[in-house]
Amino acid sequence: MFDERLGAGPPVVGVGADVFADALEQQAVAVTRVDWRPPMPGTEADLAAVAADPLRPPANARALAQMLAVQAMLVDVGPAAEVLGLQRGEFLHAGPPLAWERASGPMRGALMGGAALEGLVDDPADAPALFEAGRDVSLEPCHHRAAVGPMAGVVTPSMWVFVLEDPATGRRTHCTLNEGLGKVLRYGAYAPEVLDRLRWMSAVLGPLLRDAVRSAGPVDVTGILTQMLQMGDEAHNRNRAGTLMLLRDLSPAMAEGGHPSADVAAALRFIGGNDHFFLNLAMPACKLALDAARDVAGSTMVVAMARNGTDFGIQVSGTGDAWFTGPAQLADGLYLGDFGPADANPDIGDSAITETAGIGGFAMATAPAIVRFVGGSVPDALATTRRMHQITLGENPRWQVPVLEFQGTPTGIDVSAVCRTGILPQINTGMAGRLAGVGQVGAGLVNPPAEIFPAALAALAARVRAR
Amino acid sequence: MTTHVELRAAYADSVTLLQVSRTLQDEPGVAAAQVAMATALNCDVLDQMGFVVPAGATPNDMVVAIRLTDDAAPEALDRALAALAAALAPPPPPQGALTTQPARTTRAALAGSRRDAGPRLGARRERAGGGDGRARGRPRRDGLQRQRALEQTSWRSSARPPSGAARDGARLRHRGGRRRRPRLRQRLRSRPGRHRGRLRNRLPAADDPSAPGGVGVTHALGVGGRDLSVEVAGASTREALRRLDADPGVELVVLVSKPPAPEVAADLETYAAGLATPVEMALLGPGRPDLTTAADGVLRRLGGRCPTGRWWAGPARPPGRGCGGSSSAGRRRSHGDRHRGAGPDSLQHPARGRRRARLGGSLTAARHTMVDFGDDALTAGRAHPMIDPTLRTEHLARAAADPETGVVLLDLVLGHGAEPDPATTLASAIARAREAQAVPVIVSVIGTDLDPQHLARQLEALNDAGAELHFSNARATRRALELLGGVR
Repeated sequence: MFDERLGAGPPVVGVGADVFADALEQQAVAVTRVDWRPPMPGTEADLAAVAADPLRPPANARALAQMLAVQAMLVDVGPAAEVLGLQRGEFLHAGPPLAWERASGPMRGALMGGAALEGLVDDPADAPALFEAGRDVSLEPCHHRAAVGPMAGVVTPSMWVFVLEDPATGRRTHCTLNEGLGKVLRYGAYAPEVLDRLRWMSAVLGPLLRDAVRSAGPVDVTGILTQMLQMGDEAHNRNRAGTLMLLRDLSPAMAEGGHPSADVAAALRFIGGNDHFFLNLAMPACKLALDAARDVAGSTMVVAMARNGTDFGIQVSGTGDAWFTGPAQLADGLYLGDFGPADANPDIGDSAITETAGIGGFAMATAPAIVRFVGGSVPDALATTRRMHQITLGENPRWQVPVLEFQGTPTGIDVSAVCRTGILPQINTGMAGRLAGVGQVGAGLVNPPAEIFPAALAALAARVRAR
Repeated sequence: MTTHVELRAAYADSVTLLQVSRTLQDEPGVAAAQVAMATALNCDVLDQMGFVVPAGATPNDMVVAIRLTDDAAPEALDRALAALAAALAPPPPPQGALTTQPARTTRAALAGSRRDAGPRLGARRERAGGGDGRARGRPRRDGLQRQRALEQTSWRSSARPPSGAARDGARLRHRGGRRRRPRLRQRLRSRPGRHRGRLRNRLPAADDPSAPGGVGVTHALGVGGRDLSVEVAGASTREALRRLDADPGVELVVLVSKPPAPEVAADLETYAAGLATPVEMALLGPGRPDLTTAADGVLRRLGGRCPTGRWWAGPARPPGRGCGGSSSAGRRRSHGDRHRGAGPDSLQHPARGRRRARLGGSLTAARHTMVDFGDDALTAGRAHPMIDPTLRTEHLARAAADPETGVVLLDLVLGHGAEPDPATTLASAIARAREAQAVPVIVSVIGTDLDPQHLARQLEALNDAGAELHFSNARATRRALELLGGVR
């Protein structure tokens, strides 16, 4: 009752013609007006089918709760050959499945560099013939092997990977060690210094980190994420606080591990000098959480968003392992040096797993320091995070945004909400050069191709109708 | 004479466009102007106004049609178009809008307004999300299955009745002002039930402005216009009854509906009989009491005073020949609108009564004609006649000019959200219509003295124009039949 208890009236929401909301406001009743839009074209029938699915509300609640219950602990570091069972000639890559023929420049560059790193070719320039022939090599998405990889996301057997585990279930996810910015393999560079760095990482950095993790005990990656989100990191394009906290947790053990002090110093210098080092822990932590939400019948929650430089793909809890793909988009942002839009490759990398988990672009409001880096403004950042709440199922009580009154990050992208509102997930991302070997050319903001959400919705609706 | 017609790839709601059109019509040098979405109905209206709508226009296009007067200044069109641009421009964003985001769905709006009150609710109102998923506009007949499924889902998962739930205190249109009485009682309505205002405050104040008459209503729950159909089978009504019954504050429940499916009505009556709270049925239809009788029953039951149903028999000094009387022999028609089901059986309702029997574009028929100007077909891309009476006013002139017309019956609904001063246009239209022949015009006025339109002034204007006024639609309808000589 409005007029009996001051300020205690039920919420009033106005949809459609303003005349009704106006009439209430003239009577001093506060009205929240809806900026109503039609749903994405052609989704009306599927939306109705999915909306009326009795499985949906409990399924989404369950998927979200399972995701939020996951604790990601860094338990080990080891070579992909051992940890993932990756065989010689097997290559993992970012995004949905991809064949060499359709691979973009940076993806090819990274695969060529990876082939040289593994000794399959002496010169990366010889690698295209190897991949074209396809006899001795195979490509597979990281996501299919409990892994994620930033940008090209290429993983080869000799690369060392972080091993994250959810203690409650024992499930694990993996990610390579971050190489730093600029000319690096994940951006498609394969120059000799790129390969030298990778060899050093496998020979020195990996074993050092393994010994430190094993001796210092598991590192609570989810816990660090909680803290770094309150320290100006959004864990996709800014991982500075997270990286320093990782160093805080591991450096004593690194110093005590009996490795040559020059190696320890080089490792500390390398990690400390790479603000993105923690990204490769944030990503598998997000995947570990999202994997817990997979395969819940009736759930419309997105459990993976990933790009391979050619296609952008999503996977949805209620549709199993199916990928819904569309063309990867060009990011809109700022360029390094003399690079311009013509130099940029379409969106690439598994790092959109951070947005899928509600951070990265979804938590832009907490990282005002980087909004200029990706070509935005502080008000844009606040608005973006608020907008993402309209397409997500809930909030993450652990991961909070102080400037938004410690509101939890928007978590669990709902395919039906995306189709209903037309609001696309917001991703912030690095941009790779279009040509193999160039490396990073900039950073910016990007969205998935809109059509993949109606496609996923149609698959969900088909399952509803078949039930 | 300059005529300007253009199509724009733009959208605005019909109420906004009505206001925009009126703004343009007031511009100097503009003889006629209409800005509307190019629905079939609006294209007909534009056509009647003498505009040629470009071929290929779709309901997603906005038509801008302006005709200038012969003596218009050369820059009149530019001025009119500038006025149009200003009228269509979105209002400046409120402070802080840069960092906030307007809610795109009811669900998001509810979540936002609840955030202020406390922790976010995990399970939100599913109807809000589901309902939002519907295609643009109101659900059409082929959406029945869908509606039923949505209703069932929403009742299961929401904490409150899902749609159209209006709670007491603030008022929208026909709910009218009401006086709070200590007793609580609640009422269900099935869309549209326009005349429910009469249940409360039924103009005892017009009889005696000092009387504290009327009874209070705490909740008005909308259960959907198809809820008592065979397909939906009263799912929402039953659930709403159950919840109202569980509320110890509810003394009496009144269920108002347009004609229900008989088997659904029977089931509901059985269900209601098993509840601890008494339920007064006001289900309309042939052989059932009309809404006035039902309202009187409710008032009697509550010990309230039954209004006398006072009416004004035309003006003291009629401008024409008075409004009584008969009409020419032969076929007679009565023109009226929207007394759905409340009227006696003798009126044929080509638009509604025989369900899909449709009137042609002329909105006339061989016998009595009942046109519901609020019908889906007549509100596509247009505001409801309570907001935009243009179509009805035009039809009134045509009907009154028809020598076979014996009587014209109209209703006028006051309240928040309705036209701010409907009698001004309606009274002059009635006066004009009666100039040619003094056809009786009977108006049932649905309103209270708490309505912002100022009831007494509205009554006076209509009465001066020669209309006979009733506060009961049923009585107005009977009066119209009486004037026709009791034609059955």
